[in-house]
Amino acid sequence: MDIRREGDTLEISELDPFLAELLRQIPDSTKPEGAEAAHARLFCLPADPAEKELCAEWKLYVEPELRRLFHSATETVLTDLQALNGQSKPFANCTLRIPTKNAEAWLNALNQARLVIASKYGFSEGELGDHYRSPIGSRRDLSLFQINFYGFLQEFILHEMQK
Amino acid sequence: MIEQETRQQEEVDTPWQVVVHNDPINLMTYVTMVFQKVFGFSREKAEKHMLEVHQQGRSIVWSGLRERAELYVQQLQGYLLLATLERIN
Repeated sequence: MDIRREGDTLEISELDPFLAELLRQIPDSTKPEGAEAAHARLFCLPADPAEKELCAEWKLYVEPELRRLFHSATETVLTDLQALNGQSKPFANCTLRIPTKNAEAWLNALNQARLVIASKYGFSEGELGDHYRSPIGSRRDLSLFQINFYGFLQEFILHEMQK
Repeated sequence: MIEQETRQQEEVDTPWQVVVHNDPINLMTYVTMVFQKVFGFSREKAEKHMLEVHQQGRSIVWSGLRERAELYVQQLQGYLLLATLERIN
């Protein structure tokens, strides 16, 4: 995999089918449905639960705004990812181009995905810091790899956007 | 009636603080960028608060009136940071 900035585009080339599939899974990975902990992490309380009025108003007025923001970021990523579909022969490497104007949406969606996956699997801080665990022997290992791969992409996007 | 108005006035005047809590998922570089964007912090100041979050578990990043504090928490949560507001007693 090669990753670089070309003008107004962030280009990830030589993507092997496995990594391309992990990228395709970003939108679905942002969905907290079915995992209460993941939902609670994405839409956390704004204050101590004892601040009942504040928390109730937040749920009513702010949570829908946050939901819209997260959804919009995921939709942007989904649109950029469509370039990966039907791009090449099966099992061939491919290239993804992300317009720099969409960088914030990507950072947001990648963060949503990482938070949701981590909440669903309940990874410990020690596991999250273990970037070299291998081989991938279970769904849990794969999810940890996914979190680290998305984190790597975030680092790259941040690095390029701060130049 | 006067007592109620006084209580409401006290409520409005009570200062609040915006607190960001540690989270093993959010990248240190990402948190620094968010502080710069939301509060207009210099890179040094943003990194100082980020390290405070990382090492001490939390950092008070702003204090003032409730309405503004709520807005900041909303922005921080929009970036998926673990942020809350607290009354300053």
